[in-house]
Amino acid sequence: MAQEFVPAKSFFDRNFGIDSQDLDKVLATALARKADYADLYFEYRKNEGISLEEGLVKNCSQSTSNGVGVRVLSDAKTGYAFTDDITIENLEVAARTAQYIAQTQSSQVPVAVGQPQQAAHDLYPVKTTVTNVPLKNKISLLYDIDKFARSLDPRVKNVFVSLGSEDKVMLVASSQGWVIGDVQPLTRLNVTCIVEESGNRQVGSFGGGGRVEYEFFVGKREYERYAREAVRQAVLNLSARNAPAGTMDVVLGPGWPGILLHEAIGHGLEGDFNRKKTSAFSDRIGQRVGSELCTVVDDGTIPSRRGSINVDDEGTPTHRTTLIENGILKGYLQDRLNSGLMKMPLTGNGRRESYAHIPMPRMTNTFMLAGKDAPEDIIQSVKKGLYAVSFGGGQVDITNGKFVFSASEAYLIEDGQVTHPVKGATLIGNGPDVLTRVSMVGSDLKLDEGVGTCGKDGQSVPVGVGLPTIKIDGLTVGGTTH
Amino acid sequence: MKGNMERLDLSQELARDILAMAQAKGASHGDVVMVEGDSFFVTVRLGEVEKISQAQEKRLGLRLFCGSSSASASTSDISQQAIQRLIDDTVIMARATAEDPFSGLPDASLLARDIPDRDLLDDAARSVSVDEKIAIALAAEKTAMDFDPRITNSEGADFSNQFGRVIYASSQGFSGEYQGSTFGHSVAPVASQDGAMQRDYWYSSNRKFARLDSAKSVGERAARRVLRRLGARKVKTCEVPVVFDPDMAASLLRNLSSALSGYSLYKGASFLNGQIGNKIASQVMTVWDDGTIPGALGSKPFDSEGLPITKKAVVENGELRSYLLDTYSGKKLNMASTGNASRSVGEPPGVAPTNFYLAPGPRTPGEIIASVKQGLYLTETIGFGVNLVTGDYSRGAAGIWIDNGELAFPVEEVTIAGNLKEMFQNIEMVGNDLEMRGRICAPTLKISQMTVAGD
Repeated sequence: MAQEFVPAKSFFDRNFGIDSQDLDKVLATALARKADYADLYFEYRKNEGISLEEGLVKNCSQSTSNGVGVRVLSDAKTGYAFTDDITIENLEVAARTAQYIAQTQSSQVPVAVGQPQQAAHDLYPVKTTVTNVPLKNKISLLYDIDKFARSLDPRVKNVFVSLGSEDKVMLVASSQGWVIGDVQPLTRLNVTCIVEESGNRQVGSFGGGGRVEYEFFVGKREYERYAREAVRQAVLNLSARNAPAGTMDVVLGPGWPGILLHEAIGHGLEGDFNRKKTSAFSDRIGQRVGSELCTVVDDGTIPSRRGSINVDDEGTPTHRTTLIENGILKGYLQDRLNSGLMKMPLTGNGRRESYAHIPMPRMTNTFMLAGKDAPEDIIQSVKKGLYAVSFGGGQVDITNGKFVFSASEAYLIEDGQVTHPVKGATLIGNGPDVLTRVSMVGSDLKLDEGVGTCGKDGQSVPVGVGLPTIKIDGLTVGGTTH
Repeated sequence: MKGNMERLDLSQELARDILAMAQAKGASHGDVVMVEGDSFFVTVRLGEVEKISQAQEKRLGLRLFCGSSSASASTSDISQQAIQRLIDDTVIMARATAEDPFSGLPDASLLARDIPDRDLLDDAARSVSVDEKIAIALAAEKTAMDFDPRITNSEGADFSNQFGRVIYASSQGFSGEYQGSTFGHSVAPVASQDGAMQRDYWYSSNRKFARLDSAKSVGERAARRVLRRLGARKVKTCEVPVVFDPDMAASLLRNLSSALSGYSLYKGASFLNGQIGNKIASQVMTVWDDGTIPGALGSKPFDSEGLPITKKAVVENGELRSYLLDTYSGKKLNMASTGNASRSVGEPPGVAPTNFYLAPGPRTPGEIIASVKQGLYLTETIGFGVNLVTGDYSRGAAGIWIDNGELAFPVEEVTIAGNLKEMFQNIEMVGNDLEMRGRICAPTLKISQMTVAGD
């Protein structure tokens, strides 16, 4: 499979016979009436899924899709049409549909499409993508993981392993005359196990991945660590008590608990909500939204990460954007439409699930920078509270700022000591307020393992999060033990 | 354009041809699902069109068996060349997977013999103009914005519709197709008071354009819902009755349907494993799965394996009567399929409810609220704190506090927690206000006690 920018262009050229003159013609149709901007987004995607359960690899599946979306922007309006049948005739029809939003005759002529540009980064120079590794190797890996997980503890009753990999080739051609493409591999390996002891069944899950080679999982037997973690978490939950209910100090462990930033802060700083002034963070740039210890960034340029991309789905190079610096709100995450309307810089956060979707401002890898505290000092400072180290999903109401996220591994802290595991704890708080309660930040920044998927307005995109150990003074814990 | 890339029209004949080609390449049996459809949506905001999107799509999904091992594949490229490649790849994958004695297609004698007309398509899908659709969204938003001066902003209003065709054929001899349409519109107003904003929404969806709630009623309902959230506050942590409004009660039914999925059950990943015939809920709870209701959103003429669709009690007066099964998960549990096979193209086979609803009870919602001295009237949950293996339930919540039987003040930033096993047993009252607004529906219900966590 093609790996570089030029092949991304020639890929569509070769497979669909669409050349530069065709692109110019469609873009001219898209700008036939008054519009500010038009672009074409070509996408080819191949997904492969292999899964194991009950000791058997029962399912292998493969899915290929290709399509093109035509977009026209006129002030705050977006016209969009897409087709999965990439012909010049269908593109013309789509372009006429997309420019429905523009009302009057235009004198604007698109700039002729030039040579493809080189992407600003080369963040995932993968030689052989996981979809191209022989099927039998991948199947035997899944059997190895199953055997290994079952060998760890006799209480393991069932093991589920899934390996999902994707090759995505995208190309954006804009009415400003540039063309840019990218080839984006992505893989995720997950292990889930169910343990049982005297009728008590519990589940544990762990996984990882990124824009990586197959070697990432097998080289240092990373998959064994995933299996160990899944079994450990499930077994731990066998002895977990019900979570407490009420307001208490909460210590979040490093890594995946960064989902706090994603839900509580990140979504509220996406440009669309702030342009519309429907975010709890609207008009708050320059104001204090966190304690001085808090600096939060969104960085789409970290090599090989699940949330990283060379260019966003509008062709803008990704950046590192400071969202909060020493507690002060600094910036928003933008796509082309919202950056233009808000007269703010592009940040490389225009993303979409596929050619069937309109781009929106979305996060990439969102994390808090490390502080100075030793993690053990942070725990020791808590008299009575909760120590949460792993989470399931979270959600936020952008407008009132309320967010929740659910712990999958958590412990009570009593007199500065981590004591009993608890299960079923949901944390709830208020986005613009929660970081003001951060009273200690650890030196142990960690990024997550590479399993995050963010949903917004019905569109899913891969993301990353990260966090050092932090202490939040007074957060509501939603358990059952009162 | 290149000739070998030319796209083919979808038809039952093409599906049968694909199966014949696959058998010639070594597959023992298989099935094909094909979907094609047109979709449209428009979003308006503050009186202007904001986004408009239109598309036509086709997809083909193929599942092939080589003896008792199988694999599946899908493509949006429906050309001779792509189909050949799809068959070759799928046969290779099917040979590489494990033999599974439970795998296979349903027995030919069980397949649907006729294809009943469930009244799923409305020709308005082709005739309603774009301007008419935009006008509905604009009117719903305007109604909401004009309703009260405290409504100051809008996340927008939308109108969407889809219509399309599903074709299914299997090597057991089944071949059938049906068409369907859906229409929907919604509006999300934003209200503010004392510097704090709230957002809420309301919606309507239906297979028939003429049966959609009017723009006026959707706009007014959305306005009332957002206004009643203004000034929301936390409450002290407590154990109280919780009254679920119909949409929240439907979310509990969604949890129930997931726990009854044959795939969760045979994997040991459901707290309802082995509970058929047992009392899993209070006497007042009766749940139906009925895919035969004419014109309903979840109705269809046959399931995704070509089996007939029926009406069945899933829970009857608290007793668990039926799981939701397809042929495979049924065999794993030593039971027959319940006709709930569901398959989106490109996904492995699974099960889903059809129209899944809680039978209405005798009480009005007002009577149910009046029965609570102190408690929460739940109107929204956020987050994913539901563990179907254990039944543990803990979600972010918003609603209205009930004081001496009356709705008193809005509540937010709290959680409700319990365990689904106990929550179903503790359903004390069911309302008479069932409306079939979606595929999974319920009237108002009251759970006698849950933990509300706040200050």
